[in-house]
Amino acid sequence: MTDISAQVQPVDQIDPNAPFEPEEKARNQWWDVWDQFRSHKGAMAGLIFLIFITVFCAFGPLVWDVDPGKLDIRNKDVRPIYVAIWDGDAKTSWARPMGTDHLGRDIMANIMQGGRISLAVGWTAMILAILIGTFVGVLSGYFKRLDWGLMRFTDLVLSLPILPLLLVMMLLFRDPLRAAFGPETGIFILIVTGIGITSWMQTARIVRGDVMALKEREFVLAARSIGTPPRRMITRHILPNVLSPIMVSATLGLATAIITESALSFLGLGFPSDFPTWGKILFDSVDRMTAFPERVLWPGLAISLTVLAVNYIGDGLRDALDPRIRGL
Amino acid sequence: MLNYTIRRLVLSIPTLLFIAFVIFMLLELAPGDPMASMPLTIPPEVREQMREALGLGEPWWVRFPLWLKQFFIVEPQYWIDGAFGTNFADGAQRIISFQSRSPVFDTIAERMPQTLWVVGMSYVVGVAIALPIGIISAYKQYSVFDQAGTFISMIGFSVPPFFSGVLVIVIFSVQLGWLPSIYDTTHEVVDWQTFKFQLQQMIMPVMVLALQTTAQVSRYMRASMLDNLGQDYVRTARAKGMSESVVVMRHVLRNSMIPVVTVIALGIPSIFGGAIITEQVFKVNGLGQLLIIALQGSDIPMVMTITFLLAVLIVMMNLIADILYGVLDPRIRYD
Repeated sequence: MTDISAQVQPVDQIDPNAPFEPEEKARNQWWDVWDQFRSHKGAMAGLIFLIFITVFCAFGPLVWDVDPGKLDIRNKDVRPIYVAIWDGDAKTSWARPMGTDHLGRDIMANIMQGGRISLAVGWTAMILAILIGTFVGVLSGYFKRLDWGLMRFTDLVLSLPILPLLLVMMLLFRDPLRAAFGPETGIFILIVTGIGITSWMQTARIVRGDVMALKEREFVLAARSIGTPPRRMITRHILPNVLSPIMVSATLGLATAIITESALSFLGLGFPSDFPTWGKILFDSVDRMTAFPERVLWPGLAISLTVLAVNYIGDGLRDALDPRIRGL
Repeated sequence: MLNYTIRRLVLSIPTLLFIAFVIFMLLELAPGDPMASMPLTIPPEVREQMREALGLGEPWWVRFPLWLKQFFIVEPQYWIDGAFGTNFADGAQRIISFQSRSPVFDTIAERMPQTLWVVGMSYVVGVAIALPIGIISAYKQYSVFDQAGTFISMIGFSVPPFFSGVLVIVIFSVQLGWLPSIYDTTHEVVDWQTFKFQLQQMIMPVMVLALQTTAQVSRYMRASMLDNLGQDYVRTARAKGMSESVVVMRHVLRNSMIPVVTVIALGIPSIFGGAIITEQVFKVNGLGQLLIIALQGSDIPMVMTITFLLAVLIVMMNLIADILYGVLDPRIRYD
């Protein structure tokens, strides 16, 4: 850590009269952001956990070669391995380290499979929401004619009751989409679209504000004076400068998307029951939580820790991307 | 200010109409048939008559204005009749639930107290915890207390109510056996014992919901206090020799409360949304549970009415927040 940060000289220590000596190597600004990000302990812990859980879910099934849907009635209701520490008589098995459920399905394999779905839904829905939000925000901030209409529309969508409407949408379009794309893909498309089109509004507002402020800056005027058309203006000059608020709201969006998907599954309106997601596993385990609290604990912890990690990453990013804080 | 309020009120009418239309059209597209649960032996023509009896025979451009009329004119008339013994409604058709065949508003009125008790109490408790945490966190910035407060609110943001609720049930009901896991709504408070029981059964749902509120409000309170603590008027107040408690609790707190009050108003609708899940966890038979049951049974009038009531709440709270902001902060001028 020290060898990299030692090369960066704080701005206020540079003597303006000293002869200009170029550094050995030009430094990308993203390295500065990374240095600042690394100094945020919570954000680093969050990043490490997010990478860990992603690798665990993405590559875990390659190592842990158990079919999550395979029924094994003889080995049903196996307790997780740590129960053996205080209760020697409990039904535990090293072959099922996290235990099995009431149908003998391996919980660890289910958590991996569920995590794949939950994370995929979270990322895709977040990207969709960010795309819509950025599009609306940039249009509304850059083109004055569109501003009024788009912002009234954003306000309108903001005053819709989101959770009930999502539930209605799930019920409504479940069967048509399932018929068109098959049960898994259909529900996946439905949930991702549902979450995406109901959570872009905050991003749009933030981006609009920033674009409006940027539009008044000199470099935009300079670019316009040499005849840059609006499209290139937005892609070359405006968008790179609003990247940091977009990234911060992307982390928030990922956190909300994961929670919303789990909430829908928990209310019994998410994926079909033989198709595990973290929220679904949690929902299915609630009935037996008296005897088997660990079945609630594993998926719940997975959701909570992932969202906590993402929130901390967002916190760290916000500090790292703010040039006023960076380098202090 | 009055001008602005009136303008906003007038503007909120088309907003609400549009929202009602969106919800209505969404439900209109629903393939879920309320007749699906009827026996298959019913002949098609009888089935068609039953559909018409439910009011489904008409096209949507007849039923949507009818629903609007029932919601905005007939139901208030019944309400006034019930309150003052008049007869404005004169037996007009009310909004009828497909499932129970009773007026939707009667069912909502039955379910409302449970939800209001749990949700309202949790909001009050959440705000009451959040304000001191925010104040102390800001005053002692970067102290151990502040770090702990930040961590707790991070947890409040991250742990969804369907996990924290289940977790406290496992700990306090299953392992320790201190608290009941199911909320008994038939319970009546008559003496000290029943009051204690009511307290016991309320504590978990209330705290689970309050955690979310606390996380949000305490962050805003802290940020707002920090903004104000660095202002010049604080230095002036200290220079005049005012005691620290007067400076913080009177001058800074009052000014910091301005944005926080609006956040508190804006948070009310979302806590009702959160109650849908919490009610499901603790089996409270409130509005949220009613909505879920109605959704599963394709009870269109019920879903429509509850969802629209939530939308009304959101629009009203936005309006109240904006007006409060203008009233509390003389620097804000809407004209």
